Amino acid sequence: MQITVKLFATFRAGRFAVEPRTYPPGTPIVEVIRELDIPEAQIGMIMLNNRHAEPEQELHEGDNLSLFPLVGGG
Amino acid sequence: MDKIFRVNMSDLSTKIEAVPSAWAGLGGRGLTSTIVAAEVPPTCHPLGENNKLVFAPGLLTGTPAANSGRLSAGAKSPLTGGIKESNAGGTAAQMLARLGIKALIIEGLPKGDAWYSLHVTKDGVTVQEETELLGKGNFAVIEALEARLGKKTGILTIGQAGELKMTAANISVKDPDSKIRSHGRGGLGAVMGSKRIKFITIDDQGAPGVKVAEPEKFKTAARTFAKALLDHPVSGEGLPTFGTNVLVNILNEAGGLPTRNFTYGQFEAHEKISGETMHDTIVERGGKPKHGCHAGCIIQCSQVYPDKEGKYVTSGFEYETIWGIGADCCVDNLDDIAVADNLMDDIGIDSIETAVMFGVAMEAGILPWGDGKGIIRLLKDEIAQGTPLGRILGGGAGSVGRAFGVTRVPVVKNQGIPAYDPRSVKGIGITYATSTMGADHTSGYTIATNILNVGGHVDPLKKEGQVELSRNLQIATAAVDSTGMCIFVAFPALDIPECLPALIDMINARFGINLTGDDVTELGKYILKTERQFNIAAGITNAHDRLPEFFTTEPVPPHNAVWDFTDEEIDEFWNF
Repeated sequence: MQITVKLFATFRAGRFAVEPRTYPPGTPIVEVIRELDIPEAQIGMIMLNNRHAEPEQELHEGDNLSLFPLVGGG
Repeated sequence: MDKIFRVNMSDLSTKIEAVPSAWAGLGGRGLTSTIVAAEVPPTCHPLGENNKLVFAPGLLTGTPAANSGRLSAGAKSPLTGGIKESNAGGTAAQMLARLGIKALIIEGLPKGDAWYSLHVTKDGVTVQEETELLGKGNFAVIEALEARLGKKTGILTIGQAGELKMTAANISVKDPDSKIRSHGRGGLGAVMGSKRIKFITIDDQGAPGVKVAEPEKFKTAARTFAKALLDHPVSGEGLPTFGTNVLVNILNEAGGLPTRNFTYGQFEAHEKISGETMHDTIVERGGKPKHGCHAGCIIQCSQVYPDKEGKYVTSGFEYETIWGIGADCCVDNLDDIAVADNLMDDIGIDSIETAVMFGVAMEAGILPWGDGKGIIRLLKDEIAQGTPLGRILGGGAGSVGRAFGVTRVPVVKNQGIPAYDPRSVKGIGITYATSTMGADHTSGYTIATNILNVGGHVDPLKKEGQVELSRNLQIATAAVDSTGMCIFVAFPALDIPECLPALIDMINARFGINLTGDDVTELGKYILKTERQFNIAAGITNAHDRLPEFFTTEPVPPHNAVWDFTDEEIDEFWNF
């Protein structure tokens, strides 16, 4: 299945901003995080199709996955 | 010994008073709101002789505590008609604190047409007539005053917007680089303008300094506190690297980035105005990606944004300004937004109110969507010149909505709604509705928990838990706003257990007292209730704790969310 992965802030360094990527059906989000070599402790927010998500959630064809380090503002 | 400096503009007299015992334990917002509530008749005209403008440094300002250099300004707001506290960085707060000035209270109105300046020293305040700098922008005022009085002079000034008593006018504070920080919200610049004070200068030579009652205890607590700030990923790494503007992409992903005057929750060109793009642009052009708004700031969320030639354009370039001129007006050119930010600093007009206003102005057809150059032109040629159109624009979002018959006007208590759509981030909607300040994201920043997973997580799209979240944050924020601390200390305070006790220990060591966490919560509650009581007496009741109608009838994509709280559910906020 193909999903779109978007990375933000420091996660972009040495990786990418947006990329279509292919995974076996049913891959959980945490697998994508591992594959991208992002330490799990650095994950601040995961958004799947514009909603907050958990690392265990399974991905589906056409999903949009966004990964953010812990950042903030205001 | 701390003192109250009082200036009466009606007879141009000044006094130094002892601090009443009831005010001794207060600082910052707690003190400005207490003084306004005690001395300003709630029904007075905000630009009339009975309003008072109060400045107060925080309880910890002037000590070596990290991030404690904020100054509170308070009055009855000409924008909301209610009580107002707006705090800012810069150099003035620490100078006033070192001079032992607990509060500077300015009251009355001059009789004639003359303009004045105030000069504050250890011996008191002097009032002088001012002619040379009238009509000048804030940057010219700062330059001229540094030449006149020396580089170290502390400066509070109003630009053309304040002189013209526009209800979006702010008060500018000189920062450590002789640039500008702002008491932005609520039109306090118009109150200063009504008192015909162009600027206030501060000379802290011979200042007694801030005495700490228990220095060893203070030092230990200050070290723990600073470590928490540096250890937390938001205050220690995220804010210094990307500034607050990192939020553009986050809110866009969450569908809560108000776009085209709050019509959509996402902006197609978000990447072009994002914190990531801004960081790369600043580095590429040789600007400064990190920068502090006051001495002793270790978070450094500010930055210096240069143009293509590497020349200074603006600093303190914030998410809310970039969102407002950017996504909300559909402007995708960060350089145009930076020029507008600098102009708003120079004219002395709130960059949140004005950005929200331009969204409404575009809806009204005053200029086309996405017209960044048009915004720059209206700022220069209409607002700064005080033309009839400029005065309508300078009155803020509500003013333009009324003048042009626009129904989609994002304001609460006539103050523009910032940067986070309350339909898709519901906790912040409760803050906008109930804040004593009018729509103010900083008064109970639920984005931390709704979006950023700081202090836990409350689903932004559901109603459950939002009222409680907003209430807890508003109470805590009122207390933090009294310490002189930057509100960003809340990020580590929500996640790192040692942070808040260290903050309380610093207050205890500073004054030789024994406050507990419960005492601090009680202080926050006291402040909110004092402010609310003032507002009720001024005619602002729970009927005004409501969002504009369009939020309940127009679903915002991508979630197609509407504002769906009942009046009773919102009113539950005040049940404490």
